[in-house]
Order: sequence, then C-alpha cells, then structure tokens
Amino acid sequence: MQQMAVMTDNRVIRQEFEQVQGDTKQLPDGVNVSKEARRAISQAASVFVLYATSCANNFAMKAKRKTLNAGDVMSAMEEMEFERFLQPLREALEAYKKGQKGKKEASEQKRKDKEKKSSSTDENDKSRDEEEDEHMDDEQEGENEGEEEDVEN
Amino acid sequence: MSGKNMEEKVEQATNSKNISLPVSRVRLIMKSSPDVSCINQDALFLTTKATELFVQHLALSSYKNGSGKETNTLSYSDLANVAEETETFQFLTDILPKKILARDYLKSLEEMEKDDENL
Repeated sequence: MQQMAVMTDNRVIRQEFEQVQGDTKQLPDGVNVSKEARRAISQAASVFVLYATSCANNFAMKAKRKTLNAGDVMSAMEEMEFERFLQPLREALEAYKKGQKGKKEASEQKRKDKEKKSSSTDENDKSRDEEEDEHMDDEQEGENEGEEEDVEN
Repeated sequence: MSGKNMEEKVEQATNSKNISLPVSRVRLIMKSSPDVSCINQDALFLTTKATELFVQHLALSSYKNGSGKETNTLSYSDLANVAEETETFQFLTDILPKKILARDYLKSLEEMEKDDENL
C-alpha cells in the first residue's frame, strides 16, 4: 500500500525532528522520540497529504479547473481547520516564488551569454548541449531506480 | 513541463528554503489520489511545506498532552491519545489506534456476546 511504503525513511523523520528540536517553538531540546512514534508520525504525514490533496482537489473541481493550484491548497487548510498554517504558508510561498524568479533570471542570463558565444563558435556549443542532455537522462534514470526500490519496501 | 522536471525545480528551490520532506514522495502520494489530474508547482511546494508544519504540530501537541514530560520521550500512545482527543487530529484515528491488551479485547467480546444472548 502506497501510504505504508512512502516516507518511512528514518533519515527524513530524523531531519524533520532535528529541525523541530532546533526551533524553540517546537519540541524542547533533547526530547527522545520512540521508533514506533517516528513511524506513526511518518504514516500520519502520508495520510495528511492524501486528505489535503483530496480536499484541495474538491475546490479545483468546484471551480471547473483540472489543475490543482496554490489557492486550492490554502482553501483546503482552512477547511481542515489548520488556519494556523495559513500565515506561515503564505510567507513560505512568497520566499519560494522569489527564489524561482531569481533562478529564472539567472538561467535566462546564461542563455543570453550562450547566444553571444554561439555567434562565433557554433559547433562547440552543439557538442556541449548534447553532453548536458545525456547528463540529464542519467539523473532521471537514477531517480527512477531510487523510487522503485522504495515502493518495493 | 514534465513531472520530473517540475520536481527537480521544486526540490532545488526548496533546498535553499529549508524543507526537509522529499518533494518527490509528496508528489507520488498526491498523484495517487483519485480524480487528481495536474498539480501546479506552487501547490506541490505548499503541500510539502504544510505537511512539514503538520508534523511539527502533531509532535508538539502529542508531547504536551502526554505523560512523556517526566521521561522526556514522545511515545506512540501520546500520538494515539491526541488523535482521539483533539478534533483537528480526528482523521488520524484509523491509523493511530489505541493499543489494547489482547485479553481485555477478548473480555469485551465475551461481554458483547452475553448482551446479545440476554436480548
């Protein structure tokens, strides 16, 4: 069952709790979390994602949209009575979007620089592009393998 | 934009924004939900972030509510208790059931049968 297999990676939960313990608003320093509790929390997280997604999807369908968007997720949080998340989520989304914008501008700048160079050396650029494509394929294959392993567990 | 591409982008963006939960896993679960066709990149990020907040909220509420303060431990029963007692965590009662001794369960079964006979 997908929910059982997903997110039972202890490393993720430990990271989560290291972050949690670091933040003074959360669990106090040095609190132990039993293995059983860790696993249960990771399962609870999976259920939360499912519940939130189904709730958000209802809002999207009501608006006759096929794509789930950020607004749907926010409405879902309200519906699920997690209003406390709304403000931190809004802030996180803003920071995220700014980061996205920065990256987009950086990659556009890269492309412009490339175009400048290509006007003098076309062949060199071609071979460089091909190399990049190959590299991406390898990365994707690697990711696929990783995911398959986890689902089997 | 292909799904994998989007994941990579969200992952890269979130790496600098302190998200510890794996975006690809969150996306997997979201896709498994019936009737869901497409997921916007922002929605994927928000859901991942919300799950992180939820984990923190669940852990802290369970700890505060529990008896672990003496032993300084968060245990499974703390979680099960908070799921039963708190309205916002009610949706978790199926996956966080309270534990009960086998003999107590069998006893309550016997009593239920006796009641049936009396009727």
